[in-house]
Order: sequence, then structure tokens, then C-alpha cells
Amino acid sequence: MERNNVSIFVSSLKKRYKDREVLRDLTFSVPAGTIYALLGSNGAGKTTTVRILTTQLRPDGGTARVRGFDVTREPEKVHQVISVTGQFSCLDESLTGTENLLLMGRLRHLAAPVRSAVRLLEYFDLSSHADRRVSGWSGGMKRKLDIAMSLVGSPDVLFLDEPTTGLDPQSRLAMWQIVRRLRDGGMTVLLTTQYLEEAEQLADQIGILSEGKILAEGTPARLKSLLPRGAVRFVFYSPKDLERAASLLGTPAGKWRTSCLPEKCALTVFTDGRADTLGELFCRLREDSISVREFSEQSPSLEDVFLTMIKEEKSYGNNKTKL
Amino acid sequence: METTKRSYSDTFTIAWRCLLLSRRNPETFLTSILLPALMMLLFVALFDGLVHVGGASYTAYIVPGVLIQCAAQGSSTTAVMVNQDITSGVMSRLSTLPVRQRSLLSGHVLEACGRSLVTSAVVLLIALLLGFRPAFSLTGLGISLLLLSGMILALSWMAVTVGILSKSPQGASSLSSLAIVLPYLSSGFVPTEHLPPLLRTFARHQPMTPVIDSLRAALAGHPADMGLLAAAFLWCILLSSVFYAASVLLLRKKLHG
Repeated sequence: MERNNVSIFVSSLKKRYKDREVLRDLTFSVPAGTIYALLGSNGAGKTTTVRILTTQLRPDGGTARVRGFDVTREPEKVHQVISVTGQFSCLDESLTGTENLLLMGRLRHLAAPVRSAVRLLEYFDLSSHADRRVSGWSGGMKRKLDIAMSLVGSPDVLFLDEPTTGLDPQSRLAMWQIVRRLRDGGMTVLLTTQYLEEAEQLADQIGILSEGKILAEGTPARLKSLLPRGAVRFVFYSPKDLERAASLLGTPAGKWRTSCLPEKCALTVFTDGRADTLGELFCRLREDSISVREFSEQSPSLEDVFLTMIKEEKSYGNNKTKL
Repeated sequence: METTKRSYSDTFTIAWRCLLLSRRNPETFLTSILLPALMMLLFVALFDGLVHVGGASYTAYIVPGVLIQCAAQGSSTTAVMVNQDITSGVMSRLSTLPVRQRSLLSGHVLEACGRSLVTSAVVLLIALLLGFRPAFSLTGLGISLLLLSGMILALSWMAVTVGILSKSPQGASSLSSLAIVLPYLSSGFVPTEHLPPLLRTFARHQPMTPVIDSLRAALAGHPADMGLLAAAFLWCILLSSVFYAASVLLLRKKLHG
């Protein structure tokens, strides 16, 4: 089942914190030399997955192997082949860039840690700040150094937990460039992200993680084909109007998939993106005398759509028992 | 063999990092150089003439107490550094490297020992300026160095344990300040017979008293009281090994949940 070219293999992984089940039944695998993106919102279990795969956390059940080494039984062997950059920068702020890299190089017992530090600083365009203390660096530069530290000793498998969260758009683009180059150099990368765009830009495979399970998996193109073309959002004057609109337009009575935001009195309707469809939506609302307070067009997020699908599944079940 | 060599070298690497960190922290400079010098001066200025310590000068009497006191103070820096390493996530990150976890801790201890020995040198220098003249005997100085190092080692491993147990750097700092009180409740500054009964009992039986008394005798060139010296070394070995084992176990629990 597990072939030689599989770098990361996860099967039925489970983890529970006290009364909260974080990973329910997580299964996925990542071929060597590819980028896999775990896409999900906060609390979906992304960081927990990374922490288990990097031996920082013990799973309650299931199997996880990195380059064929079991993360619970052979952590020392896993350490030889992995590197991890966490969600928050983990640098020594009062050390210089060079010193931070030297620390990693020495702990990895490189033959020439200084040369490796110089080369990485050059590669990441940080040479000008090499001998300045990190505390004075910008957020983007710190993040780059953080990743540079993970690359000391050229690990086979790199884990990046939300590598661009909190970065400005320019640094984000630079980071994407870096991650792509690493993959092209043969490295396997598992990254987690909250941003569909990021997953789409970088990943060879995307796994959508929700409530500790992979909801859907595939190449960005395949997942995109499942996406509705457009989404529009209506805001109504009263919760009653919202309810009426939702039952009018949404499945099963109507023909569109919808997602409700009761706190904001808002309804998102996923469409085929055609202008005529918009007209049809407005007509329906007008026929039932539901007045619209605000209207906006939105780009549908992959995750939204899947969350809506799950919600539908659940509420169908509930409705049936009620009826 | 190869792994042992590697873990020694990892200990030195971590110690190098801690040394850089503490050298660049002004507070650490304060607690390891300036404060000890001040303590030595202040105690002599305040209590010389008030406290009767038998034949010797008060300066000579308190040197061992101030040495241990300053080592305790210095070890609180380590408690804070260890705690920061854990709360900031640095320790987790380093634990995903091919490095043994105990090397991460012993690196901190190695740096703490080095730093405290520098502090001790400062205290001795000030004491010399105040007229302290230790007896020059190789055995005496050798025993003094061993006793001092033993106590520093025990205090450092205790600081590491405190650093792992505390919830925050502030917590680590206040918990380890308890260790700073201990030398006052020993024979370090006032002979134990001058203490109130309850404190006297505590002072006579706590580990620092045999260490301080043996240190004082060794520095003065008096013949060692073998029973006392054995008690001093046993305490150092016992405390060091208990806190070493505790901190290795606690770190594993802390990092892997």
C-alpha cells in the first residue's frame, strides 16, 4: 500500500485533547518531491497534524510515517530527515542572523556550518543583515530566516505551518517563490494554510481539512471544477426575511446552494456566475416581497462551499427527524 | 560512542548559544557581575562590627555565604531562560532536530556553571580588596573549587527544573527567588547559634550549611572536618542527580503533552 516514492503517509490518525476530538480519522499521503497543502480554518486540526508528524505530539491512534519511519516508534530517524517551521517565528531575537543559522548548523553537525550559513543568507537575500540582531528585522525577513533555519542540512521533508500568516502581500509572493524552488529542488513540502489562493498557487495536491478529517482531496484544478463560478451575498432587514429568503432560494425548495450568517442577517448564494442568474434571484425575492438591504458579489471560497455541503448533510438529517 | 560524542558537542553548542544570549541581556550582566560586587560590599559595610563571628574577620566569615548566595541568584537567570525557551517554542523546535533532549538542558546548565564561576571570581576579587586573605594551600583551594562547583551544579539543575515547571518566565523568576532566601537561613551570614530556635534547627540541617562551613574552613586553611565535608559533597551529588532526573522527565512530559 505504501510505495517507495511516498514521503508522508498518514492513516486513520486520531488525537483528542481532553473532551475535544481534534483529529477524527485523518488519512492522506504525499508523494516525494511534491507540495501538499492542508487547507482549513482555525481549529480544523492543521497544527496538530504537523506536530504529530514532526514527533512533537503523540497521536492517540492511527499510523503516521515520514520517509517510511514511524513517528512514534522511530522519532530519532524521523528527526534525521525532517525540518519544521512553526506557525510562530522561533528565533533567538538577540542573536544575529548568522548566529541563528550557525546554531542549526552545529546541532545538525555539518562539516562547514559557517559556509552553510553564508550560503543560506545569500539565497534568501538576507546577507545585508547577516550580522545584525534579529530583533531589529522586519516580520517578512524574520519569516525568511525562520525558513532558512529549517533548510540547514538540506532535509528531505519540510513542514511549514501557515508560512505566510501575518505577512504583507509582497513577502507572501516571495515566500511562494521560495517554496516552489524548494519543491523543484526535490524537497517534499507539507504546508498548512487558511488561504485557498495560497493552496492553489503552490500545491500539487490540496487536502481540505475540517473537524479533523479530510473532506475533499485533489489537484487544485480538480477541486476548482467542483467550485461554483460565482457567489453573491444578500443582507436583509430582519432575521425573518433572511429565513424566508433562505427557504425560497436554497435547496431543496430553491435550486441554489446557500450559506447563512444569522448574526449579520446575511445569505450567501452560490451561482453559475451568469448575469441572468442574478436577475432571476432578484425576481424571486421581489415576487415574495423580500426587500434587500445590501447586495455584493463575492468570490466563493472552496472551504465555504464544502462547509456548506456538510451543514446541508447534517440539517437534512435533522429535518427528517423533525418531520 | 559516536552518539555520546555528538551529545557532548550538542551540550557545548547550546551552552554557546546561552552564553551569547545572557551576554546580550543587560539584566543578566547586572545579576551576575554588578549585584554580587554590591552584595559583598554592602554586607561588610552594614554588618561588620555588629555580628560577632569569633576570631575571624566578618569579611572572611561571609565570603562563602555571598558566593553561594550569588550562585543562587545567577541560577534564577537560567530558570527564566529555560522557561522562555519552552514558552517561545524554541525548545520544541530544537527537539525536532537530531539532538537528545537532555543535551538541550545540560547546555543551559553548562552555561549557568560558567557564568556562576565568573560571578564567584568577582565576589572573591571584591573580598580581596576588602582585606580578605585566603590561606594559600593547593588542597584548600582545590576543595573550595570543588565545593563551589558542586553547589553551583545543584543550583543550576534546580533552576532548570523550576524553569520547566513554571507557567511563565515571571513565574520562573519568582519561584527561583526562593532559592535566594536559603543562604540567609544557613550559617552563611550569621552563626547559627544566633538564630531563633526554629530557624536554627532548619539552618543546621539544610544542605547549604555543610557546604558553606566546609568552604569557610578550606579557604581559611583549617583542617577539614571530614564528616562535614562528606555531608557537603553528598548533598551536592544528591541534589544534582535528583533535579537532573526530574528535569529530563518533566521536559519530556511538557514537550510531548
